[in-house]
Amino acid sequence: MSVTYIDAIHQALTELLEEDEKVFLYGEDIAGKFGGAFKATKGLAEKFPGRVLNAPIAEDAIMGVAIGAALGGMKPIVEMQFADFGTLAQNQLGNNAAAHYYRTGIPVNVTMRMPCGGTPGGGPYHSQSVEALFAHYPGAHVLCPATVADAYYMLKQAVQIPDPVVFMEHKFLYRWLKADTWVEKDPLPIGRARIARPGRHATVVAYSAMVPEALKAADELAASSGYQLEVVDLRSVKPMDTDTILASVARTGRLLVLSEDFPWGGVAAEVIARVTGQGFHLLDAPPLRVTSKDTPIPYHPDLWRAHRPHSAHIVEAARYLISL
Amino acid sequence: MIRSFYNLQLASSWEEMYNESVNGNELKETALKAYRAMELARAFDTKLSALYKAGKIYGGVFTGRGHEAIAASEGVYLQKGRDVYTPFIREQAGRCAWGDSVLLSARCYFGSVEGIMRGREGNVHWGNPMEGSVATISHLGAAVSVAAGMLMAKRMQGEKDFVGVICIGDGTTSVGATHEACNIIAVEKLPAVIVVTNNQYAYSTPNEQEFACRNLCDRGVGYGMTTHECDGTDLLQTLQVMGRAIAAARAGEGPQWVVATTLRMCGHGEHDDASYIPQELKDEFAERDPLAVARRQMQEQGWLSAEEVDALRAECAEEVQQAMAQAQKEATPNPATEDWSATSWKPSRY
Repeated sequence: MSVTYIDAIHQALTELLEEDEKVFLYGEDIAGKFGGAFKATKGLAEKFPGRVLNAPIAEDAIMGVAIGAALGGMKPIVEMQFADFGTLAQNQLGNNAAAHYYRTGIPVNVTMRMPCGGTPGGGPYHSQSVEALFAHYPGAHVLCPATVADAYYMLKQAVQIPDPVVFMEHKFLYRWLKADTWVEKDPLPIGRARIARPGRHATVVAYSAMVPEALKAADELAASSGYQLEVVDLRSVKPMDTDTILASVARTGRLLVLSEDFPWGGVAAEVIARVTGQGFHLLDAPPLRVTSKDTPIPYHPDLWRAHRPHSAHIVEAARYLISL
Repeated sequence: MIRSFYNLQLASSWEEMYNESVNGNELKETALKAYRAMELARAFDTKLSALYKAGKIYGGVFTGRGHEAIAASEGVYLQKGRDVYTPFIREQAGRCAWGDSVLLSARCYFGSVEGIMRGREGNVHWGNPMEGSVATISHLGAAVSVAAGMLMAKRMQGEKDFVGVICIGDGTTSVGATHEACNIIAVEKLPAVIVVTNNQYAYSTPNEQEFACRNLCDRGVGYGMTTHECDGTDLLQTLQVMGRAIAAARAGEGPQWVVATTLRMCGHGEHDDASYIPQELKDEFAERDPLAVARRQMQEQGWLSAEEVDALRAECAEEVQQAMAQAQKEATPNPATEDWSATSWKPSRY
């Protein structure tokens, strides 16, 4: 019996609704028998009457309603149908929800779930990773779970955090990523990165669907060359656990950062800025990053696979980094 | 031109409504409260403008001259703690009627640490969400859905008899966020009153370049809301129209859409001389200054004597004077001791 990443999300949502009457779900197509474009809320509207609400196609106002409801004492969990459309709620999340605590002293307890990342055939507007856009604004936390257990525990923890939380769910991981259970003995708190694979020749920092890609690359490189990559799973891109990254770089002396996002001003750039700023002396070689290309995300699967970092690119970059 | 179109639209219904509705002392208490809020707001704006010109205020200053009757007619029907109020840029009179002292507004302008926003926000960007007033952001229309969410939270928590008044302007009707939120308000049948103050200019842009529908009431019809219209320079008429709309929303008759027309009798901010507004229009509205109309109405109704009006104005001026003096005396924020955290929660290792 195995469970998937989306099963973990469904379970977390179910428990959140059971455990706290202030929690409600709001988004497009999430209610009724339909249960959301990806079925993350399947069956929840029947189980929790009046607490799983369909919204018109209005991302800005959906987020605004969530802000108001949070100010009114509720704990809304909003679903953006695709992270690409989440940008339409960016003003409300960034300028309104995230700024609210600093402006007024009152945090806005909203959780914005967004299916992100590419799948074959997704094309330019159903594939994007927008974590850097949301992390840019002061006042919000941005989570990017890469395991079944993290999908479960981090979503549950997200709602406990009184501030706005952007919860990025990778669409590719939804049904591809499986585990025996979402239960973990000692789940890490939000804000802590995880060593997903120990190694000594180079540190690979990754998050979301780039973590399984990095693990695959690490196995390939170990098998072909014997080099051991240490894979650090960021888990949350904001807050960013710089300590764990620096400790890993101190062990390996080399840094490769992966991101499925576009290169400009992204999370990978932030990791490299932190490591060079605080741990320049730990580096034996210039840090590298492997990101998607600086073009819109192409539709055709052959183009898409070339556009997005993939284990072969990672192996190649790691070999080069270790050769320096 | 543009304005005459609206005035013609209004003229007949306005006269009729005025005659039918002013019946004795029914309105007296509400009208006196609203009128006082108008005087207080005008005194505040006048003093604020002088302080701005004297270089005493950082950033912009935005006054509500010409909006007082509309704003006061919103706040006067609302109750802090029970209702939701979304004042925006020209709603000082509404804030006064809602029950916020002018000191709170003064503190925001002077960045006092005693103020709700503690120097982190300025000018009109303040509210007290715990009491039901939204701390709006600069992005027009963004507060409409926030107010909707506050109303939804009240409904989910089983509260009763509440209503929300959401203030927008002719310019804000053009914003996508406004449309999204108004549609949700209608779909959810929320007890909301959207007050569209058509002051004829969105910054410098006249109505004819802002929208092409026959009348802004048509927008309300499009959302499926009940619409109302009033001459926003006439306190008694505005009070009655607003009172009817707010009562209907409170009674569960669904969202209401009120278009109140006036002229912004000042620039967009005090930095702006409003030279783009034709002089004849300014002259016409100078004669219809809502404060002058309200003072006349209070006396015509026999609710206040000329001496009482003068005394009330002096009292408001004194209240404003004291608030401005106190806010200027209070400490301003200290960057060295400022808590620069943007989030209330931090990971344990930091």
